[in-house]
Amino acid sequence: MALLQISEPGQSSAPHQHKLAVGIDLGTTNSLIATVRSGLAETIADENGQHLLPSVVQFLPDTLSDNENTYQTEVGHQAKTNAVNDPLNTIISVKRYMGRGLDDIAEHSVYRFIEEEGSVVPRIHTAAGNVSAVEVSAEILKKLKIQACNALGGELTGVVITVPAYFDDAQRQATKDAAKLAGLNVLRLINEPTAAAVAYGLDTGNEGIHVIYDLGGGTFDISILKLSKGIFEVLSTAGNTSLGGDDFDQVIAHWMMSEAQITDPDAALQRQVLDCARQAKENLSSQDCTSIHIELPADKNWHSELSLQQFEKMLNALVRKTLVSCRRALRDADIETSDIQDVVMVGGSTRVPLVRQMVGEFFSLEPLVNIDPDKVVAIGAARQADVLVGNKTDEDMLLLDITPLSLGLETMGGLTEKVIHRNTTIPVARAQEFTTFKDGQTAMAIHVVQGERELISDCRSLARFELRGIPPMVAGAARIRVTFQIDADGLLSVSAREETSGVESSIQVKPSFGLSDNEIETMLKDSFSHAQDDIDARKLREEQVEAKRVVEALNSALAEDAQKLLSTDEAAEIRQCIDELIQVAQGADQRAIKLKIEQVDKASAEFAQRRMDASINTALAGHSVDDIS
Amino acid sequence: MAITLTDAAAEHVVKFIENRAKGEALRLGVKTNGCSGMAYVLEFADKTEENDEIFEDKGVRILVDPKSLIYIDGTELDYGREGLNEGFKFNNPNVKDSCGCGESFNV
Repeated sequence: MALLQISEPGQSSAPHQHKLAVGIDLGTTNSLIATVRSGLAETIADENGQHLLPSVVQFLPDTLSDNENTYQTEVGHQAKTNAVNDPLNTIISVKRYMGRGLDDIAEHSVYRFIEEEGSVVPRIHTAAGNVSAVEVSAEILKKLKIQACNALGGELTGVVITVPAYFDDAQRQATKDAAKLAGLNVLRLINEPTAAAVAYGLDTGNEGIHVIYDLGGGTFDISILKLSKGIFEVLSTAGNTSLGGDDFDQVIAHWMMSEAQITDPDAALQRQVLDCARQAKENLSSQDCTSIHIELPADKNWHSELSLQQFEKMLNALVRKTLVSCRRALRDADIETSDIQDVVMVGGSTRVPLVRQMVGEFFSLEPLVNIDPDKVVAIGAARQADVLVGNKTDEDMLLLDITPLSLGLETMGGLTEKVIHRNTTIPVARAQEFTTFKDGQTAMAIHVVQGERELISDCRSLARFELRGIPPMVAGAARIRVTFQIDADGLLSVSAREETSGVESSIQVKPSFGLSDNEIETMLKDSFSHAQDDIDARKLREEQVEAKRVVEALNSALAEDAQKLLSTDEAAEIRQCIDELIQVAQGADQRAIKLKIEQVDKASAEFAQRRMDASINTALAGHSVDDIS
Repeated sequence: MAITLTDAAAEHVVKFIENRAKGEALRLGVKTNGCSGMAYVLEFADKTEENDEIFEDKGVRILVDPKSLIYIDGTELDYGREGLNEGFKFNNPNVKDSCGCGESFNV
């Protein structure tokens, strides 16, 4: 027999191959890319050691080629710096425009949006031509892709990209399109809060309700997730699309300008003040006091100090605003703060001690902060990507989306044939070949079922359909390939195809709908406690099917050759045996059926021998021995 | 009845588990595969499932889920070499017939 090797848990059918997989946090302000190496998830730095890539793309006038489809772009830190001097060609916060029509985009956007004829996608007019939000995002993704390929030394097998939980289908589709344009194979889009929870390993065991507090550069999101049976469900989301760390900077900048009596700053001074404010904010995450120094025109420099206390007083109102959203999310999810198990902090602005303190007080919980809040989403995405490409090395790691029960179909005798086993992560596609049971069978009924038991009657029926137009063949000659496919949204489609003729048929079903957790549990328990019954039942059914097959085969042989090859008595004897077998096969005694089949075999052995001789004679008629040897 | 290992199999299992530096048991089982057959499962195990049957032979812990056990009870796991290829073999007394390659079988 074949020699086997020991596989990783749950990996026994697929050979273990390491594939490069990354997670991408495509953020409004900053983007990151992360991967899992030697079991450790970490973000990938660029050639300058920077992990955060500003989500800024500058489009440069194209002087090199006439091709409309290539742009000269600058992405990231350089683009961010250039934004001050080239605001109309430098696209910031493009995520806000993803999947949006012209009507949805705020009128006060600085960019010149153009609606092209024959296209519903608004485009931004730049020096390099008109570009859509998808194309801008693709530039960011391309940059991240190069960064990862360089660091990992190979092509990426697949990526997981995170999106806000509130993203609708159009926004998700736009994100997928951008990835495609960047030449990335998207394994799945996952929600940002889910990724954050995954990074903290909340998916392993901690069933319950988790809050993800995400205060980024320009946006605030609060998501309430419920984890049960390894699946995250978003209970509610709330937030503010124009509240974030940038507002903290603004508050400080505002204070500095009024203190320094700056009334009409030019762009450069404004930039300097803002940079100064950001530096002060960052310093105050670890210090009680920071000094501020601004160079004013005509050597009139301004110098001051900002204490943590002063700073926190300025921020209080802003942080309070986020708590209003938190309260709303709690109300929408219909839960109390006491129901919550963890609060995960995401986004650079959650480094501010006041934010941690006020959030902690609000939820009466110590927020989780040990993973860098800028990187936590990308890290979660990387862990998910690692699982999805099949590098899973830990049995109890992720079970984000799984099939709770096995899916299969009905075979002869009312038996279940499982095609996708339970706890398989989705999306997944599995195919199996089946064949016809009767000579000349031209159709096959396909009955899709869900459950762990051996008999169809104990499983749940999901759908039925028929494959018609199978060319007439002897039993067992047709090759019917049945494919079960579950997409990331949990949609099951089953298709059947007869390989020799190419006839096809298919159906779509929603697999896990209508089953409660309790029902699933009962179905699983039953399958264990009934294991022996099921085996006996299976053996009996298999024997019955075998009996039926023998009867079918003999009957068709008799119809063809009985007159030629058998005397009336011999034929009668075989028919007698067949009748007895039919009788016994209706009973429940598996051994008796087996014995009877053996008797029928014996009784018809001579007949089979004669048929064989007859067909050899036919084949040999008219040939000399030399033709054959 | 029980699940046992030959000396050669035990020696290799111990070596492989040590090398992996994680998990302490071996999981044997079957899954349905093909029109009527079963295929063997041979995996490292990181945790024991609630319903697992546990066997111990020559210092190796072996886990088998109760549904699989019916098909493979009495199996002796062997380790052998065929040409350049080497690996594990299931000497399963329950097998009535198996396909050419031995990867799927019938009870």
